[in-house]
Amino acid sequence: MANTKYEFAATALEEPPIASVGAPPGAHVDRREFVRFIRLYRVLHACMIVSFLTLALTGLCLKFSYTAWAVRLSRVLGGFETAGYIHRFAAIIMFGTFTAHVVGLIRQKRRSGKTWGGILFGPNTLIPTKRDAQEFVGTMKWFVGRGPRPEYGRWSYWEKFDYFAVFWGIVVIGSTGLTLWFPVFFTRFLPGSFINVATIIHSDEALLATGFIFTVHFFNTHLRPEKFPMDTTIFTGHMPLAEFKRDKPREYAALVASGQLEEHLEEPQPEIVVKAIRFLAWIALTIGFSVVIWIIYAMLFAYR
Amino acid sequence: MARSSYIGGLPSTAKSARSCQRRSIRGYSLSAVVLLVFVLALPQCWAAQGPTSDDCLACHSDKSLTAKRGGRTVSLFVDQKKFTGSIHGSLQCTSCHADLEGKELPHSTPLAKVNCGSCHSDEAQQHAKSLHGKAVARGDALAPRCVNCHGNHDILPVKDPRSSVAAMKVPFVCGQCHREGTPVQTTRNIPEHDILENYSESIHGEGLLKKGLVVAANCASCHTAHSILPHNDPNSSINRRNIAATCTKCHANIEQVHRKTIRGELWEKQANNLPACVDCHQPHKVRNVFYSQGMADADCMHCHANASLKSADGRSMLVNVSEVAGSRHLKVACSQCHSQVNASRVRPCETITHPVDCTACHAEVGQQYQRSTHGQMHAKGDPNAPFCKDCHGSHHVLGKHNPESLTFATNVPDLCAKCHREGQKAALLYTGVEHQIIPRYNESIHGKGLLKSGLTVTATCTSCHTAHRELPASDPESTVNPKNVPATCGACHHGIEEQFVQSIHSSSMTKTDKPLPVCSDCHTAHSIRRTDQDGFKLDIMTTCGRCHGEIAKTYFDTYHGKVSRLGYTKTAKCYDCHGAHDILKVADPNSHLSRANVVATCRKCHSDATRRFAGYLTHATHHDPKKFPFLYYTFWGMTILLVGTFTVSGVHTILWFPRALQMRRELRAAEAREAEREASSKSATGPGAKDDNNGQH
Repeated sequence: MANTKYEFAATALEEPPIASVGAPPGAHVDRREFVRFIRLYRVLHACMIVSFLTLALTGLCLKFSYTAWAVRLSRVLGGFETAGYIHRFAAIIMFGTFTAHVVGLIRQKRRSGKTWGGILFGPNTLIPTKRDAQEFVGTMKWFVGRGPRPEYGRWSYWEKFDYFAVFWGIVVIGSTGLTLWFPVFFTRFLPGSFINVATIIHSDEALLATGFIFTVHFFNTHLRPEKFPMDTTIFTGHMPLAEFKRDKPREYAALVASGQLEEHLEEPQPEIVVKAIRFLAWIALTIGFSVVIWIIYAMLFAYR
Repeated sequence: MARSSYIGGLPSTAKSARSCQRRSIRGYSLSAVVLLVFVLALPQCWAAQGPTSDDCLACHSDKSLTAKRGGRTVSLFVDQKKFTGSIHGSLQCTSCHADLEGKELPHSTPLAKVNCGSCHSDEAQQHAKSLHGKAVARGDALAPRCVNCHGNHDILPVKDPRSSVAAMKVPFVCGQCHREGTPVQTTRNIPEHDILENYSESIHGEGLLKKGLVVAANCASCHTAHSILPHNDPNSSINRRNIAATCTKCHANIEQVHRKTIRGELWEKQANNLPACVDCHQPHKVRNVFYSQGMADADCMHCHANASLKSADGRSMLVNVSEVAGSRHLKVACSQCHSQVNASRVRPCETITHPVDCTACHAEVGQQYQRSTHGQMHAKGDPNAPFCKDCHGSHHVLGKHNPESLTFATNVPDLCAKCHREGQKAALLYTGVEHQIIPRYNESIHGKGLLKSGLTVTATCTSCHTAHRELPASDPESTVNPKNVPATCGACHHGIEEQFVQSIHSSSMTKTDKPLPVCSDCHTAHSIRRTDQDGFKLDIMTTCGRCHGEIAKTYFDTYHGKVSRLGYTKTAKCYDCHGAHDILKVADPNSHLSRANVVATCRKCHSDATRRFAGYLTHATHHDPKKFPFLYYTFWGMTILLVGTFTVSGVHTILWFPRALQMRRELRAAEAREAEREASSKSATGPGAKDDNNGQH
């Protein structure tokens, strides 16, 4: 087991971290944190959470209409018609989020002055690369105790998977959802039975999305023992430097090498903000877990 | 004339008839001249056709001639002497046995029943309209035909004292059936008892039978010979309105001798208010002693006004005159109901052996009652069986339109509940599936309409079960038998019945061995709910699903089904598309779902629906690869995607877990070490010497 020890863990704590970024020794305590997410993406993620949970709750009500849970929830939501309006309103938020993200990407590109190629194929790209494959193999080896933890960059392969899963999900669920929203329009050029097909795809893809987000995504980011109970990075945008160095060693190393790390450091968010964020995040987590339990119950004990 | 003499010259025997027939057959192939001669000869030929009486008697004079009829051996002997002596002696056999006409002898098949009406048409018509004739038409085995009273080959004129219907013999002819103990008297509903015995002791019977006065009234004098009708038939000779006319056929100017009892001017002014003859002179028992004693109500009240009068078993025998006076029977004398009283006794009521029999007047109702479960139980002597007075009361009988009456619409549920409420005697005897009948009815749309809204036209118990002829649903004659339910409900819901009988659920449209649904299968029998409220609307899918299980299940797989299962009715339910009572096969061009109508049906909710939109599969299932391959493969494609994704990511997560746990432990250990070092360095160099930058972990 010794060979799988994370050397960085020891070094990160043993070395005074700020020394490596050139802070004068003995100076005022530097509590600055690494800024991983800009405000736009934090806001978009919050929008995503709100719309996604809303869509999941209102949608699953219909999918699992045969459970007493669904009947009660649909009453709470104000009836199936109101639930339908809420569902479509949340869908608009999600479409908006998606658009804002794409617009944000374009603006980020303009501001950075890089070419599309530079962004899409640079070291911080979200597009899966050969290195991701290598890291995946390395991770598997690490899992079974046959190698060290790979030196992940800005985006690990599972983060890239999560990202594209959402992309795919929005396209698939969104398009079928629009079909169900405007059946008369779509059946002008599609057969009527396509509405049935769209229903299956919409509903099962949504089951995949909710199931994946509320289990795999939650574990990968929040429930992993070293992050337990919650990773607030996406909400605060900040990542403690030690954690950054431990989690994303390659990106850290690249920033240190280029001397740009200083540009990405900021004072931590005020305590009250962090507390509020934790509170809200807990609500989201609780809803998510409840939904998972509901899905499991509906699939295992009440499936028809 | 030459032609007729040609035929007339032939001997008029069976031979001639046969030769005539032969000739007629040959005639078709002969030359036109012969044919002409034959055709002109034809009328003569018919006259001579058929066997003569001699031909018949050639066989039927044999005393040993018998035949098997329905397992019995019957004699086919015809007494020639009696026949020739009878009033029909000059007729040919074929005059009555008309079906022998043109038959080869000997005939093998039994002859048809003789139709006396071919000559005696008036009598036959009267008979056909009479009680007897109607019984014949019903196929009643006990019903009398001509032959039962008049005989067959030996019929004599009525005036002939030997005739079976001679005045002296009439009481015995009628008595064959209307005597105590005969099948007619025991199994048919005849309100009078001991008819023959009473008659023979009556003044009429005595005159006829003991004194040989053939002019004394016999049965036919009052009942007529052929137009015998029940006393409640307005055309009957013994109907209250006609009885005076019947009696005055003999007792002309009878009003002259009734001056003491009846004020003279009433005969002319208020004849309808006079008592009918039979009110005082009871039918069959008419005796002169009645006249002097009478049997007036006052005689009864002489004792029954006494409040302390008790029966042998301790019941009060007090009769409250005001009760009777306020009832429907205010004009009915005591003795008309308590008909067994005998005015010749000191205590006229001592001859009473039976309880009051209302069927004496209410004959039709009585017949219905006898057929009903109540009546059948009563006939068996079941003490639980309700009798007339249990529902109608006794002396204070009121019409069903009187709100005070026990049988007034709004009182009917309570009346029936006396026995049919859970725990009461009828409910305890009942073995069917309907329970809590009374509370369910009270909560039903009918019950609420009747009891809360006071709508007396609303269906009560008797509207469906009838008032007097209640039968269990299993009885094919019951109004609540599935076969009859549409007609029963249709009595009020006529428009619905009209639609229903044209629908696929009606037995008139669908021929099947499987049970078809009727009104009560969807609406229930007693707890019928409003169909415009949620409860009924939401349950209809399960109701239809009882028979259409698979199709209901697949409905629940679609949007409409899911919404309705969430408990909302603003979505298409079975009847929204298929119709409620006018359901037809989808293939039927008149169906709501036929190619011509389906878009309009969708547009009831989806106002801009198009033909392609109507292609939405409202009963789609993704479990049927043959019927819905698209859905099946989409579903399994999605399922594989889900299972695949969750398996890979699940394994990934599970493998990660021990590593992450190890990381956490090492992190904690490092933190602990750091804290320790910091504490020691703090104590050595003071605060602020080192900064803590370990973040949150």
